[in-house]
Amino acid sequence: MNLGPHADFIIAAYAVAIFVVAAMTAWIVLDYVTQRRILDDLEERGITRRSHRTGKGAP
Amino acid sequence: MAVIDIANPTRFLKLVDRLLPWLAAATVLMFVYGLNGALHAPDDYQQGATVKIMFLHVPSAWLGMFGWALMSVAALGTLVWRHPLADVAAKAAAPIGAAFTFLCLVTGSLWGRPMWGTYWVWDARLTSVLILFLLYLGVLSLYWTAEDPGRGARAAAILALVGAVNIPIIKFSVDWWNTLHQPASIFRMGGSTIDPSILHPLFAMAIAFTLLFVTLHLAAMRNEILRRRVRAMRLMQAQQLAEASS
Repeated sequence: MNLGPHADFIIAAYAVAIFVVAAMTAWIVLDYVTQRRILDDLEERGITRRSHRTGKGAP
Repeated sequence: MAVIDIANPTRFLKLVDRLLPWLAAATVLMFVYGLNGALHAPDDYQQGATVKIMFLHVPSAWLGMFGWALMSVAALGTLVWRHPLADVAAKAAAPIGAAFTFLCLVTGSLWGRPMWGTYWVWDARLTSVLILFLLYLGVLSLYWTAEDPGRGARAAAILALVGAVNIPIIKFSVDWWNTLHQPASIFRMGGSTIDPSILHPLFAMAIAFTLLFVTLHLAAMRNEILRRRVRAMRLMQAQQLAEASS
């Protein structure tokens, strides 16, 4: 594939897009792992939400 | 499951857990298809190979505006009905919308340098998109710095509604003012001016980016619900400790 005389600009645009999408995805996945770990830790220490104690499904 | 049931965060989390793997797989498949089309698309008769930047720039621009429109609708849910999921949706959309707007600005600049001879020009389209990016940063700072999350959410909702004025300005800036940015060439009266050999991969990439936005948004909403549960449980823990020590 020939990207012509402006290949540097095209490659730079795709590199930035890959970086931004990868960073955003990694940030969201890591955030999920962190929140899940904290929640599990709190539950292990016997702290439960009010809805769990009353048996209702509300948040 | 009725639509109203999804408004319950617990049921919403169950639905997201089931949907996310399918959405992630669909996003990857659509990107493989879209990128294959984009990389094999012919050069434009004027832009040459730099037209390949448009396959990133145009969907990013659409999703930057879509993110703000989503936040504006959610802002109504926060201010009028005070529904917690509305604020969760707005807060989760803000960083994703900001990232797409940033991508739109950067890829536009990288296209502008070889085509216009400059990375930046203060014309109405470019300036209004820059304002959108700054508005996103404003909303994020309100969410991230407010001591009381409820007050931060209401302030962010008001800013989202005020900033919604900028969306039609971005869209019609190329018609209302004399801009260096080209006028609408895809969604316009009389049909698109783009050749199908370029238009089809552009739509494929737009669908791929939209699926990515939806997937990341739902995942970020799930994180935000969990974060609020952590906060509530920590407050409960602090209350229990205070009661035990008194």
